[in-house]
Amino acid sequence: MATDSFLDRSRTIAGPGYNRWLVPPAALAIHLAIGQAYAFSVFKKPMGALISGNVDKPDALDWTPGQLAVIFSIAIVLLGLSAAVFGKWLERVGPRKAMLASALCFGGGFLIASLGVHLHQIWLVYFGYGFVGGCGLGIGYISPVSTLIKWFPDRPGVATGMAIMGFGGGAMIGSPLAVALMAQFKDMAPMGVAPTFIAMGIIYLVFMMFGVFSIRVPADGWKPAGFVPSTQANALITTANVDADNAIKTPQFWLLWVVLCMNVTAGIGVLESASPLIQESFSDTAMGVGRGVTAAAAAGFVGLLSLFNLLGRFFWSSASDKLGRKPTYMIYFGLGIALYALVPTLAASASLTLFVIVCCVIMSMYGGGFATIPAYLRDMFGTMQVGAIHGRLLTAWSTAGILGPLLVNYLRDSQKAKNLTGAAAYETVFYTMAGILVVGFIANLLVSAVSARYHVQEAAATKVAA
Amino acid sequence: METRTTPNVPVDTAPSSGLQTALAWLYVGVPLLWGVSQTFIKALALFN
Repeated sequence: MATDSFLDRSRTIAGPGYNRWLVPPAALAIHLAIGQAYAFSVFKKPMGALISGNVDKPDALDWTPGQLAVIFSIAIVLLGLSAAVFGKWLERVGPRKAMLASALCFGGGFLIASLGVHLHQIWLVYFGYGFVGGCGLGIGYISPVSTLIKWFPDRPGVATGMAIMGFGGGAMIGSPLAVALMAQFKDMAPMGVAPTFIAMGIIYLVFMMFGVFSIRVPADGWKPAGFVPSTQANALITTANVDADNAIKTPQFWLLWVVLCMNVTAGIGVLESASPLIQESFSDTAMGVGRGVTAAAAAGFVGLLSLFNLLGRFFWSSASDKLGRKPTYMIYFGLGIALYALVPTLAASASLTLFVIVCCVIMSMYGGGFATIPAYLRDMFGTMQVGAIHGRLLTAWSTAGILGPLLVNYLRDSQKAKNLTGAAAYETVFYTMAGILVVGFIANLLVSAVSARYHVQEAAATKVAA
Repeated sequence: METRTTPNVPVDTAPSSGLQTALAWLYVGVPLLWGVSQTFIKALALFN
């Protein structure tokens, strides 16, 4: 069938004059779209007032914040699960078919969810945005990674940093886009949510098609002009390959799983606490009347953190090409431990500028942790099935995405139950997060070269790659 | 089971043009810059 052949990996092999800088935009077209997931909170208030029509006075029949929080949780769990399950399929069929599947799931998820909103059936929203859309997130997230690494063997950190930076940027596009669309459609349906879901489903589906059509894989044996693989011996950069099934049998895979999980959990600690912490610690009482941080300024602070999360993805991942992956994670964890431990002191001493700077550096390293991990996996396991291995590692993100907020909210609430206020209520959160980073630091320290017994033999590698 | 029968050869014969590359980057760059600028404007509230 013609469609089959268009989607086949063999139809995506680039010719000799192909410019590899066309590949990052294809990857970004996917990541900028699916990154919308991190802006889903923009729908929480409108979706909680579909019956009453008033976000400040929800009806008893309106969906509760707890019910709505489950939507994102399902999506983030499905992200990890689908990336893990479909990773090997992606390596077999190539990036184009995987990107199409991602676009259909992500766009389709919005459409199903719009029906759920229209009928006011929460389970349909769970199924649409959470389950179907979550599969689109997972497949889309890993779909360009191994292709980019193969196109940029000389700077894998730069390449994956660009794509994963797109995921951070996706939230920045998704949030104002949703607000504008809901305002546009507010007279058509309650809070304008259902038509906004339809519009966003179609917009993202079309936008992602650019990636589907333009993605190319390099021909066998292709190398960038003038690229000579380093002959310097580095135990942590392999020239061999490990397949996905064997990779999960290695201690290195699980050490990197802990590394990612700890980095994400700690980052979530800041994200969950940022807005209330800055408002409570730098209130009018602490700073003087009229000089305290307002709710609008706190929202600006969260925006600033998002910018540093985005920039950190590109900066740190690119830097890791020069520094090495293991030393880069040593910085994330080593510097992170010191900075996390410093946050409560800065908050208590009302050093607003220093507090903001420290939180921005922390967020840059949180983003950097996401973006550097594909290149770390490539160094440890080779390029053959790095997409599939990355997919399996993303279960660490799902785990952190669920456990992180639970832990942070529990710690914060338990401190507030002791009548602690302001910075004091967050001390335990940040010291615990620093402790979590110690675990990540140790895990990263233990990473060593993968034993040769897990390596795929040359002939088998060619067969698997084919 | 291996079902692929298409030969493993390139499908693009013409070299990529600079214009093609620039347009591809514009396609993703414009929405990204829009999103970043919106966030930046929001972030300015902190400094006010």
